[in-house]
Amino acid sequence: MNTPMTNAVSRAEVEDLLYHEADLLDSWKLDDWLALMTDDATYYVPPNDKPDADHRFTLFTIADDIVRLRERIIRLKDPNCHAEFPPSRTRRLISNVRVTGVEGDTISVTANFVIYRHRRGGQRQEFVGRYRHKLRRHGGMLKIAERRAILDAEELGALGSVSFIL
Amino acid sequence: MDDRPNRPIAGNGHRMVVENRDDMSFQVKREVFVSRDILEREQQALFDHCWIYVGHASELKSPGEFRTRWVAGRPVIFCRDREGNIRCLINSCRHRGATVCREREGTARNFYCMYHGWTYGLDGALRNVPGEEAYPPRFDKTKMGLVAAPRLESYRDFWFVNFDPDAADLVTYLAGAKDYIDLVVDQSPSGRMEIISGTQEYDIKANWKLLVENSVDDYHLVATHATWLNYMRNSGVNIAPPKGSGLLLPTKGLGKDLGNGHLTTDNPNYRGRPVARWISVFGEEAKADIDAIRAELVARLGEARAARVADTNRNLVVFPNLVINDGSSVTVRNFYPVSPDLMHVTAWALGPVEETEAQRARRLHAFLTFYGPGGFATPDDVAALEAVQQGFAAWRDVQWNDLSRGMARNDDQLDTDEGHLRVFWRRWSELMETAA
Repeated sequence: MNTPMTNAVSRAEVEDLLYHEADLLDSWKLDDWLALMTDDATYYVPPNDKPDADHRFTLFTIADDIVRLRERIIRLKDPNCHAEFPPSRTRRLISNVRVTGVEGDTISVTANFVIYRHRRGGQRQEFVGRYRHKLRRHGGMLKIAERRAILDAEELGALGSVSFIL
Repeated sequence: MDDRPNRPIAGNGHRMVVENRDDMSFQVKREVFVSRDILEREQQALFDHCWIYVGHASELKSPGEFRTRWVAGRPVIFCRDREGNIRCLINSCRHRGATVCREREGTARNFYCMYHGWTYGLDGALRNVPGEEAYPPRFDKTKMGLVAAPRLESYRDFWFVNFDPDAADLVTYLAGAKDYIDLVVDQSPSGRMEIISGTQEYDIKANWKLLVENSVDDYHLVATHATWLNYMRNSGVNIAPPKGSGLLLPTKGLGKDLGNGHLTTDNPNYRGRPVARWISVFGEEAKADIDAIRAELVARLGEARAARVADTNRNLVVFPNLVINDGSSVTVRNFYPVSPDLMHVTAWALGPVEETEAQRARRLHAFLTFYGPGGFATPDDVAALEAVQQGFAAWRDVQWNDLSRGMARNDDQLDTDEGHLRVFWRRWSELMETAA
């Protein structure tokens, strides 16, 4: 693809954001991670059987507005979040980062991810999929306005719950 | 307490569920959650004789539509034939066994076996056999259609199969569960609910019966779902039990026996309902709309019935493995054992067909706050059940679960008691012993 992305952003800048974000999530620095979201950010994990669906008409796995996303972070930091206590060890590998469009102040990006999740007792899961995010610039800083993590698995199955941030 | 050394059960009086009404004890042997022998007997005693949920009529809107799924340990095709009849066909070629429909869902003209090309109609009839002339004269194509589940019946668009041809009819089987299905369906002005697109399919590394218990056990809410309750509180919902009430939850709910092993919780709502009880989580802009939904209910059903539909929640178990949770949203959930310590769960959202876009979006938003593998509650249920299953590794040393909560109560059993869980276990025990 040769479309020039001259007006707003370079792929390197997007990669910096995504790698920084991944590091914060893997380090469970969740408040710092939340600061990368815009004040109206949304976070979606579509259902495995309808990966391209609209959350208004389809039952998603996760469809958070910013209010619920902030509450999700409160929950994740609470020792009573039993599914993530003790917190999972995660390691995210992000690649194939592309800027796919710029429309007004909104930058569309895609990337592939593999997230390894480890828990005690030899439990290891691999969450594989693609990101489809919309970014906006706030005071010069690139932020995430819409965050969509689309899993490749046909069903969650052995992945069980999506109890951490994908 | 029965502390005899463990022996395999074989109708020899070695009880897995022991109830003593005199000293008010009720115990379930932990062996029932770990034993392969028990799992095989459950397949025969329960899944081969009970009415088992297959799907909802709304999932098959037009002739030719199909859904493939696992039901009672069998691969099946749930489909609507050309005449519009709903069918449940065993998804296995009569020739050499391959599944003849391998897609999750879709619309088909026929089912074509990819192995040797046998082709079946939507009614299961065998239509085409390549090279048919090579078969001996005895071979009768009309007798080689896909095998249908022996019994297929529905109640208010919920379709069930029974692999026992002699089973009593579905409506008789459902007993008191019918009234609670009615309460769910009455949310729709036309009496038509629909499964909303998007399926949640996830595994729990735990015995399937633990999810029966968990789905209706309101005792665990405060400990397991502390973070969800915290979210409710942060959103301005009052979650404190009334002072001096002796309750653990904001309202006094009941646990009920509906006959034939079916059971439900029945509690005054405090956590909001799309139909039709506003709470702050829905936002101010939703108030008028929810009032209008409420007004329609009252006009159609009268004040009392409308209040029953709109102001009470129910977590219903249709024995053995269908759960309909009608609370902050409606979820239909069923689950099957894969092995004693692993189950597959499938969950859907259900809503009135008449809902507007805004109402549907509100319902789905409310669903995801609590339910599902990304919700604020279900992942902690999963964690709890898996912790339980891990604890059961010591089933030889710690042999019994205690389910006596509420037994000394003279009046109704609360939803935070275990009276309704005992209903499940009594029926389970009865069927397992009858089959032994």
